[in-house]
Amino acid sequence: MPINKDLKKILVIGSGPIVIGQAAEFDYAGTQACQALKEEGVEVVLINSNPATIMTDTNMADKVYIEPITLDFVTQIIRQERPDGLLPTLGGQTGLNMAVELARAGVLERENVKLLGTQLTSIEKAEDRDLFRELMRELDQPVPESTIITTVEEALRFADEIGYPVIVRPAYTLGGTGGGICATEAELKETVASGIRYSPIGQCLIEKSIAGMKEIEYEVMRDANDNCIVVCNMENFDPVGVHTGDSIVLAPSQTLSDREYQMLRSASLKIIRALNIEGGCNVQFALDPQSFQYYVIEVNPRVSRSSALASKATGYPIAKMAAKIALGYTLDEIVNPVTGQTYACFEPTLDYIVSKIPRWPFDKFVHANRKLGTQMKATGEVMAIGRTFEESIHKAVRSLEIGTHRLYLKGTESLSQETLEQRLVQADDERLFLIAEAFRRGYKLQQIQDLTKIDWWFLDKIERLVQFEAKIASEPALTYETLYEAKRLGFTDRAIAELRAAGQPGGTHLTEESVTHFRKEHNLRPVYKMVDTCAAEFEASTPYYYSTYETENEVVQSEKEKIVVLGSGPIRIGQGIEFDYSTVHAVWAIQKAGYEAVIINNNPETVSTDFNTSDRLYFEPLFFEDVMNVIEEEKPVGVIVQFGGQTAINLAAPLQAAGVRIIGTSLESIDEAEDRKKFEALLSRLQIAQPKGSTVTSVDEAVGTAQSLGYPVLVRPSYVLGGRAMEIVYSDQELLKYMEEAVNINPQHPVLIDRYMLGKEVEVDAICDGETVLIPGIMEHIERAGVHSGDSIAVYPPQHVSDELKNKIADITIKIARELKTVGLVNIQFVIYNNEVYVIEVNPRSSRTVPFLSKVTNIPMANVATQCILGTKLKDLGYTDGLWPEADYVSVKVPVFSFAKLRRVEPTLGPEMKSTGEVMGRDPQYAKALYKGLVGAGMRIPATGAIIATVADKDKEEAVEILRGFSRLGYKIMATGGTAAALQAANIHVTTVNKLSEGSPNILDMIRNGEAHFVINTLTKGKEPERDGFRIRREAVENGVVCMTSLDTVRALLDMLESINFSSQAMPVL
Amino acid sequence: MQARLLLEDGTLFTGKSFGAEGEFTGEVVFNTGVTGYQEVVSDPSYYGQIVTMTYPLIGNYGISRDDFESLVPSIHGLVVRRYEPIPSNWRAQYSLGELLKEHGIPGISDIDTRMLTRKIRQNGTMKGIITTSAKSVEELKAMMDTVCVQELHNQVASTSTTHLYHNPGMKERIVLVDFGAKNGILRQLNQRGCDVVIVPHDTTAEEIRRLNPDGIQLSNGPGDPKDVPHAVKMIAELLGEFPIFGICLGHQLLSLACGADTEKLKFGHRGGNHPVKELATGRCYITSQNHGYAVKESSIAGTELEITHINNNDKTIEGVRHKKYPAFSVQYHPEASPGPQDNNYLFDQFLEMIREHKQNNPQKSRQAEMMAAAKGEL
Repeated sequence: MPINKDLKKILVIGSGPIVIGQAAEFDYAGTQACQALKEEGVEVVLINSNPATIMTDTNMADKVYIEPITLDFVTQIIRQERPDGLLPTLGGQTGLNMAVELARAGVLERENVKLLGTQLTSIEKAEDRDLFRELMRELDQPVPESTIITTVEEALRFADEIGYPVIVRPAYTLGGTGGGICATEAELKETVASGIRYSPIGQCLIEKSIAGMKEIEYEVMRDANDNCIVVCNMENFDPVGVHTGDSIVLAPSQTLSDREYQMLRSASLKIIRALNIEGGCNVQFALDPQSFQYYVIEVNPRVSRSSALASKATGYPIAKMAAKIALGYTLDEIVNPVTGQTYACFEPTLDYIVSKIPRWPFDKFVHANRKLGTQMKATGEVMAIGRTFEESIHKAVRSLEIGTHRLYLKGTESLSQETLEQRLVQADDERLFLIAEAFRRGYKLQQIQDLTKIDWWFLDKIERLVQFEAKIASEPALTYETLYEAKRLGFTDRAIAELRAAGQPGGTHLTEESVTHFRKEHNLRPVYKMVDTCAAEFEASTPYYYSTYETENEVVQSEKEKIVVLGSGPIRIGQGIEFDYSTVHAVWAIQKAGYEAVIINNNPETVSTDFNTSDRLYFEPLFFEDVMNVIEEEKPVGVIVQFGGQTAINLAAPLQAAGVRIIGTSLESIDEAEDRKKFEALLSRLQIAQPKGSTVTSVDEAVGTAQSLGYPVLVRPSYVLGGRAMEIVYSDQELLKYMEEAVNINPQHPVLIDRYMLGKEVEVDAICDGETVLIPGIMEHIERAGVHSGDSIAVYPPQHVSDELKNKIADITIKIARELKTVGLVNIQFVIYNNEVYVIEVNPRSSRTVPFLSKVTNIPMANVATQCILGTKLKDLGYTDGLWPEADYVSVKVPVFSFAKLRRVEPTLGPEMKSTGEVMGRDPQYAKALYKGLVGAGMRIPATGAIIATVADKDKEEAVEILRGFSRLGYKIMATGGTAAALQAANIHVTTVNKLSEGSPNILDMIRNGEAHFVINTLTKGKEPERDGFRIRREAVENGVVCMTSLDTVRALLDMLESINFSSQAMPVL
Repeated sequence: MQARLLLEDGTLFTGKSFGAEGEFTGEVVFNTGVTGYQEVVSDPSYYGQIVTMTYPLIGNYGISRDDFESLVPSIHGLVVRRYEPIPSNWRAQYSLGELLKEHGIPGISDIDTRMLTRKIRQNGTMKGIITTSAKSVEELKAMMDTVCVQELHNQVASTSTTHLYHNPGMKERIVLVDFGAKNGILRQLNQRGCDVVIVPHDTTAEEIRRLNPDGIQLSNGPGDPKDVPHAVKMIAELLGEFPIFGICLGHQLLSLACGADTEKLKFGHRGGNHPVKELATGRCYITSQNHGYAVKESSIAGTELEITHINNNDKTIEGVRHKKYPAFSVQYHPEASPGPQDNNYLFDQFLEMIREHKQNNPQKSRQAEMMAAAKGEL
């Protein structure tokens, strides 16, 4: 069927900020969809609150609204734009929930907007547990015994009937928020209580646990003519019980015979047909490993994280096809963009094995509960492609950047047998490595199977890898045959050297270099194969490659000069989608300058790994050996490292040492900014102030230094990314505790101690061509220094910084950028203390704020920076030295956190970054911009309500004045003892609530019962979770109550409320 | 043990043996299915062929007693990137390697199968020889030339049953003409309660009439349809008299019997992901396919056939129907095994056609006639 001509204008809803369970994959999907719609001449209106996305670039849609995705704002846009259709299936759960809200509120009907892709009834059937089970019954599709409950008592009764363990799944939540497996009554009580709170409709499904079965997924597509295809099936390495987003996943399935494969395929098609979906859909199954018995676990009637993975795994662009289908096209009419000669109505077939491993934030959140269950905890993922399982999984492991590049994790050898076995049973993020460790200790395959329930096939592979490691280690001299086999199994040269050094201390090839040399002597190099959707049956021209050790190389070299751009790998806290945004812009600029752009990256969720983005995509680990191999294949004129975050920066030195030409800011300059001593010398040479501090190498030295600087001081290990293990300490005692717990101090691992200045933080991103320094804008942070810049609310243009200071900041930026001979981007962070500007940090690379600042200043910063790197002068582009004129609009970047998903994580803001995403609020007025930002970030802001405050003594004075403001606006103030007394003393009406130790009902009960809209709690001391403050903050987070831990945030909220609300005051008495 | 694969064009691949020892020649083809190696290995249509699986890991789930398409595999060799000797599946009874060794079929692993596939795609299907011996390339080339020629025209006879047998059921009597039939066809007919009589490929029209069928199912089979002229004759004779449903080779034979022509494809269709468009509805179906020949589109004009299905990618003919008589056929495999089950409904259509035919042509009872003959009154 041809395009539906009635659809002239379509509204697309994005997925909003990056949170656990909803990440960059929806930027990839949304970008594809917008492009696909525009290709067809349809006018596209986009709403998304997340500025760090390619899809919100103004050239991606005809109209881009960076506004909160709430009923009010979306309704207003619908009224303004009058679209003919609404496409919500590409914006994740956020988009789908919004569509449901709009439909239920009658907006779609009233404004005559057609819902495209999936109908409301289908969304309800797939999402509402009861309707879903009814549908499955009609279709004769088995589902596990279950019941819907709305109270804890019902849950307990049902569990008694069917027996433990049971699974709790709250309705309409993403990433399984609030759910879990419960083996006891106590666990069930707790989980159900939180599940009910998280479900927007207060509903949970209690289900018989089918943990231990194989988990299989199918990605299905359907068009209006009822043509259905399966794009890909996937098998989880981890059996049912671990959320699929937290599972290691293989595509295609490995242990299913054709009968099982077709049985589940037919079931998937039956389901998508019954749901009448026009677009993509994901169906998850549990399959009994000992029979044909299966259960349908879940259906997602939309494009999902799995479909992004399936798209990258097969080359089949699901989101793009879904958008075309929404316009009325049928699959048999749409050309397969990979082959250009066949059609989209076929099923991709793979001739390689794809592995996905999630990337978890536990390196940042050391206190978090790292057990994996039905609630997703990963922030990102890596994907790898190989021709054997071993090659694929090895590549995935080294893509993770967790300090290992094979199936070995330091420290696992010292685990006790008991701990090891426990952790094999209860999966956590390190289980893959623990299985390898168990084999090293001589465990039998059957034993491990009993403990993990993982399929023998996978376990056998790991066992044989461990055996092969032993073979590498035990050979007196490394033979070519062993090396060849090792490379075919995906071992790196470094791994081979490590194994040999451990097994044959006096043997051959003990260093990575010598192994590489030996390998090259025998001309053992990888070849590159193409991902073409069809296992080479048809000719394809997609420039999408992966490496393997085989015979034929498929890369066809071109005459053009090439530039390689290194991507930023998996999304993690501190290195998010913002870096992918810059990478994509760099590629576009390279292409425009007449070069071929080559990307190396391993993150399946992103736009940069869409094979349409670059001239050549190498889906490879960002590991030295893999990157070097691509460089040797492509022979680029230069490699750009400054857009790929710390991942790419860390590769700069080894690459340059290997003779690779790094273009942009030189390695020496990068080092000058990152090396503490050199950096200090640089600043003092330029006579720029910085907080006093020094590097110490022992505990005694640390205490002495801290005392001489004066507390509080900022402590951190040298050379780390994103404020990891950084803390502010207020006393000798705290310092000693930090030294003991957080760092292993010695002369090789020094610790930095700086005076902590409690001032205003300001951040700048600048572009330099080596001479001219363009400063697109200055961002002011709402939260004072001490809160990580990535977790602060940032305002552009600054609202509380004088012109004099702005000029000073600009001058310093120009000086530093020039002195560093910066070519490209540089990010500088300042603190303003007593009207003096100090430099805290210089990052000679693209930063987290580049997409935000690009959008609000209208300067495509990554693009301009890339042009500079390629030799264009800023002057020739019409830019001059210094600060660019400020925009009329005020824009606010508000961080978004995923605390609710991470049990036991401290929600207090501090020097370590904790946010997973961001939203933007934009308005001519600062207060309204802030309002939009906060609302977009998920804060519910009632015109009046109640606040519970409990603040540290040092903050009481400040807090009292702020709370007075809230009281004037009509907010009810509640506070615990000390805080209440301070408020009373200041004549503010306050209700005293019990502290935890003072009996029920106490502050936790109030929060739990929804009696407060905001919780204000500032940190006292110590980090131990058992402290009251921690429990209060966690209670707030887990109940979806806004919890503010910085008084600056509270003050900003108050200022905002004061300017958009009215307060009443009696007439002054004369 | 080392194994080598030599192609007609001189390309030599060296890998490891995981099947039987010795030399084996055949036509080298590739199959793009990710699952279903057991069905492929035992599908008689692959008789005489050396099959390359494009999916690199083969052997993962072993061999099960339930998934044979014929009890004696007839492929001439299996080529894989990586053979998985230790299967993991609850139904696995032994490994793929054991099966190949038992039946004297060679298997070669650890070669660049994607390179081989691309070669076949570019140059078309080629002859090849797999060996585990140390014979020289020249010797192997000579063997390939002599053995291949003898084998290539006698494929149907080698895979068909040599005598008729009965697979009883309670419903329609179907005569299944076995040109190298897959068990999948029989399974589909059994599922529908049919009373199936399986007959050899060279059964005559008269012999079939004697079986008094309600419908005739023409099976799949190996090789060139023009190598089976006797079957074309048989079909032409029975056309119109009994409803006929042809699958794969059966489809080509029905087309030949109706006056159309067939041709060899460059490298054929083998896999479980081929899109077929039903022209009447515009619906597209994902099908399981395995054929190296196809009905020539230009030869349809002037026959009583109409094209019902085409391949949505290369537009070759995938299904025809006789304009007057109850007869239709498809180039693909509605019985799946391996591959998608989306087209099982064609067997229902066949049975529907039989019912309609019966209604329109009520069978005269033979009772009175027989009585009269016995009493000499005729």
